[in-house]
Amino acid sequence: MTSLLTLIVLLPLAGFLANGLFGNRLGNRFVSVVGCGLPLVAFAVTIQCFLDLQAGGTPLLDTVYRWATIGEHTFDVAFRFDRLTAVMTLIVTGVGSLIHIYSTGYMKEDASYARYFSYLNLFLFFMLMLVLGRSLLVLFVGWEGVGLASYLLIGFWFEDPDKARAGKKAFITNRIGDAGFLLGMFLLYQVLGTLDMDRINAAFIDGPQPAVSASLVGILLFIGACGKSAQIPLHVWLPDAMAGPTPVSALIHAATMVTAGVYMVARLSGIFMHAPEASALVAAIGVFTAFFAATVAIVQTDIKKVLAYSTISQLGFMFVAMGVGAYAVGIFHLYTHAFFKACLFLAAGSVIHAMGGEQDIRKMGGLARRIPVTFGTFAVATAAIAGLPPLAGFFSKDEILWYAFASDRGGATLLFVVAAGTALLTSFYMFRLLWLTFFGRSRMPAETERHVHESPPSMTGVLVVLAVLSAVGGFVPVPHYLEAMLPLPEVVEGRAALQTPLMFLSVALGIAGLLGAAWMYGGNAERAKRLAPTFATLHRLLSGKYFVDEAYDRLITRPLFWISDRVFLRVGDRALLDGSLHGLAGLGRRTAGTLARIQTGNLHLYAWLALIGIVAALAWSWPHG
Amino acid sequence: MDSGPALVALGGGLFVLGLLGVIVRRNVLVMLMCMELMLNGVNLLLVVFAQRGDSIAGGALVLLVFVVAAAEIGIAIPIVLLLARRRHTMELDAYTELQG
Amino acid sequence: MGDALLLDVVLFLPLAGVALLIALPSDREDSIRHASLAVMLVQFLLAGWLYLRFDAASDGLQFETRLPWIAAWGVYYQIGLDGYNVLLVLLTAFLGPLVVAGAFSAIRKDVKLFYGMVLLLQFAMVGTFVAQDLFLFYLFWETMLIPLFFIIGIWGGERRIYATFKFVLYTAFGSIVMLAAVIYLVYSLDATTGVTSFAFTDLYRARLPLATQVVLLTAFALSFAIKVPMVPLHTWLPDAHVEAPTAGSVVLAGVLLKMGTYGFMKLGFPLFPDAARLLAPVFGTLAVVSILYGACLALVQTDIKKIIAYSSISHLGYVMLGLISLDLIGIQGAIVQMVSHGLTAAGLFLMVGMIYERCHTRELAAYGGLAKALPVYSVFFMILTLASIGLPTTSGFTGEFLVLLGAFGASWQAAAQGDTLRLALAVAAVGGVVLGALYMLSFAGRFLFGAVKVPHGTQADLGFRESAILVAIVVAIFWLGLFPAEPLRKTELAAKAYQQLVMTARVPDAAKLAREERR
Repeated sequence: MTSLLTLIVLLPLAGFLANGLFGNRLGNRFVSVVGCGLPLVAFAVTIQCFLDLQAGGTPLLDTVYRWATIGEHTFDVAFRFDRLTAVMTLIVTGVGSLIHIYSTGYMKEDASYARYFSYLNLFLFFMLMLVLGRSLLVLFVGWEGVGLASYLLIGFWFEDPDKARAGKKAFITNRIGDAGFLLGMFLLYQVLGTLDMDRINAAFIDGPQPAVSASLVGILLFIGACGKSAQIPLHVWLPDAMAGPTPVSALIHAATMVTAGVYMVARLSGIFMHAPEASALVAAIGVFTAFFAATVAIVQTDIKKVLAYSTISQLGFMFVAMGVGAYAVGIFHLYTHAFFKACLFLAAGSVIHAMGGEQDIRKMGGLARRIPVTFGTFAVATAAIAGLPPLAGFFSKDEILWYAFASDRGGATLLFVVAAGTALLTSFYMFRLLWLTFFGRSRMPAETERHVHESPPSMTGVLVVLAVLSAVGGFVPVPHYLEAMLPLPEVVEGRAALQTPLMFLSVALGIAGLLGAAWMYGGNAERAKRLAPTFATLHRLLSGKYFVDEAYDRLITRPLFWISDRVFLRVGDRALLDGSLHGLAGLGRRTAGTLARIQTGNLHLYAWLALIGIVAALAWSWPHG
Repeated sequence: MDSGPALVALGGGLFVLGLLGVIVRRNVLVMLMCMELMLNGVNLLLVVFAQRGDSIAGGALVLLVFVVAAAEIGIAIPIVLLLARRRHTMELDAYTELQG
Repeated sequence: MGDALLLDVVLFLPLAGVALLIALPSDREDSIRHASLAVMLVQFLLAGWLYLRFDAASDGLQFETRLPWIAAWGVYYQIGLDGYNVLLVLLTAFLGPLVVAGAFSAIRKDVKLFYGMVLLLQFAMVGTFVAQDLFLFYLFWETMLIPLFFIIGIWGGERRIYATFKFVLYTAFGSIVMLAAVIYLVYSLDATTGVTSFAFTDLYRARLPLATQVVLLTAFALSFAIKVPMVPLHTWLPDAHVEAPTAGSVVLAGVLLKMGTYGFMKLGFPLFPDAARLLAPVFGTLAVVSILYGACLALVQTDIKKIIAYSSISHLGYVMLGLISLDLIGIQGAIVQMVSHGLTAAGLFLMVGMIYERCHTRELAAYGGLAKALPVYSVFFMILTLASIGLPTTSGFTGEFLVLLGAFGASWQAAAQGDTLRLALAVAAVGGVVLGALYMLSFAGRFLFGAVKVPHGTQADLGFRESAILVAIVVAIFWLGLFPAEPLRKTELAAKAYQQLVMTARVPDAAKLAREERR
């Protein structure tokens, strides 16, 4: 029973090894079967574990082996399957398998087919380790591992140096977050003597308050979450990560890896519940990121970049939920977001596939009739993300907005207002995307237009499945399911009555966004073009993503290189250290040179010197007997 | 008659003469001869003091000095001859290469 | 009893190999190469056997041989394995055949002399690790310089003369100072306890006043810190690495740099514990400076060997941090990091050697897109890079994680008593993981990705010999990364002994006593 957990984790690893070592030799068919089959089996095993969990009631545990023992400290590799893990694992293996299947269509022409699937399986292995891990150590192994897989997959088409650099940027930004994460881990271990997450939670909930500020730990761990989940100020890697193949963007940068930060906060809810300052920071950064990213998304012209900023924004929403103590609601949004965002990305991939590689929405238009399935699924997912009932996104987003307003663990009107504004923007930019891509007159070059075709069933099939899930997935009572582990916060006095009005408000916002986008961009976006000059500066600021990348380059990267080269290398190492060495050596040489002048080769001089020496020695020793 | 002081003076004089010769003369062969003179002066002094102090060690030392001097001359003269054959001169100032 | 003899065999086998080589004619180059490889392989197998038979539960020396040498001075030929050196001896023996095999195609002139030097060096290195007598230790310590001087000086690059002289003179200078300290130490021991002995176990019992300890520790530390190398005594390393032939760099990075840290762990700190604790902030600061400064310098290098050289300085900073933390986790982490760095640095230098043999340049700008041109090479390169930056499942993670965890733990406790410097140092050290990823991935990116740029046209990918060498290293890296429990068990008693020796005050704190008396 318990070794099933290890099986879930190891199946993708086997896929990685098989495809990596033999994939090229055994052909694409082998790669597809192994690459998709093993995740599907893992999904099946996950369902089995889920049923076992339902039947038994207690979390499934599995200690695989003892990693190290030092003194009285032991570090085990162990897995734990409770309700939260169940939700996460089902998403990872389920949506993951779907995306693998989609990839067989999308990557069919690619020469590095085997390498792609081996990396994808590697990612799945580490992601499962992350969500199944019982201790922070195992989670961290998975955490860094998905960072590696992300690096490899973003830079998949590495012949393009820009794409390779995007991968590096992701890894480094993640690492910055990881430094904070490590410090939080070390602090926890120092104070509590364990890295087991259930014991950590218990220590904060049940026992006397540990001798360390929960907020300090919370903030440090949240820094790690910011890195992984692309929150400000570590969000800069996610838009660049769109350099990778689109299914990768769907899997890693929408459905699973970026949600690891959210999962981590939920998993350690025990700490955050007792860390009001940290929670406030989480909510603040979450809502700020959400709004910030949404504003940037309004003006993006690359279909994937819009979705990237949308992801950053939606992750911000999840953190808002976390920040106000509604952990189960945040996970609920993670769950619905996995469906509609994966659907959006994969549909975008279908569009790109149809357009022969074009990603600029200014060169699209009128695709609705040409690729109807893609259009239909894209529209459903767009409506879901905009929060239109009864689609999945409505349920989760509405709950977040409600708790942002009314939670007694940090809900505030300001928080609600900004979040609601972001929801409005979300609906607006998503429908803008829909309009510009699919409606109106075609702006495609003739050559591309001729080749527009619907994607193969391996791709459209997955799109339909995801669209259906985006539509009905909200009816699954995820927060209720998780409530035993992650209790929902109480509602502040006097605000309970506002629940229904606020719900109508959020629906209204969604519809308002839809109408606004239709008004602006309908009919070949004439109105948008007319309004553009009025907002030129704002447009430039938003297009430039607030110039954050440039600021980082100017303030951090270039000074770092400058100091390393000018100060450390030239002044420090060469001038000072080597210089002093050479100085010493030179001194030695000069002294030897001077002393050597006695060697004139003249015997007479030598004789004189010997004589003087003897006389001096005699003179000195005479008085001393 | 006590010839001790005279002999000591003689030995010392020989030594000083030889020393002066080494320092002042420029001909290599002459320098060698003066060095021999120094050695002989020392020998004489050794014999005188050995006889006066009634010790055998002095005499033994004299014999040792003879042997060493002979060996030294046996090597020094050929070296000088070889050098002279190259430079065709016996002036000490010509041989200053071992410098720096 | 037979096993104890085995250690002597392991030690002297390379020397016997030298004798064998002398007997072979100089023109039979292939025989020379194969003979050397055979000797090294046998040594590795025997060392592996010793490792497996090493009893983790027994305190003290195992496989000990103790014979009087200069008995009047208390000098004994005493060697043995304990938790301090068991992993390092295994590492040295493991890298031996890899070094020899790696040099097969690289060294073409004076082959006999070269392999003779390599074997001699192997003898000296193993000897330094297993010596348990200070005189013997010092002898081996100095002997290491001679073969390396020739290896770098004869088969090295353009500035080899400068590099080898710099290396030897710098290191020898430290050793001379250490010699003076050694003599004084033994003399002190004799003066205070009447025991004339060079044996480590006896010297640990010396009771020296604090001031003397500080002076002697500084002298020892000078020699060891040059070897580690710790900033600011590190400038010999980039030049030595760049100019040395591949085999020289591999041995230098793989084993020689561990001598310094081993010296600190076995001798420097335990011999003078009060001074060590007093000067701990200094060493800790220098360790963290090494981590960060080394990383920053690696960022701006254009020569691929220099990048790895500076990364070595950075990695060994972690080792020193772990040692000075005096936390059991940190100490174990330091030991693992020593071995891990030996593997990754050796692997990276071997890879640099392989590409240099093909393309004859070390300029990073001359390369690009190697992932496309030499895919197998790139896979190994990527794995080694990731191990170097401490990716979990590799040995690098085990080492760095444990060191940082231990250092942080110790510094948090110190902070609770008001010492915030250590905490700041620990936090700064964690920042080192970001810099490490930055310079290594920048290097890997320019090297492997982007447009294909291979000097001197298309090159063949890795052959069987080269792949076999790298597979061995990669397997070792993952073994230490995934299953460190067994090696850690073997070193645990030594780590505890080290911690005990350094944390126990040898002389009562004179100042504290005086204060108490006044009250």
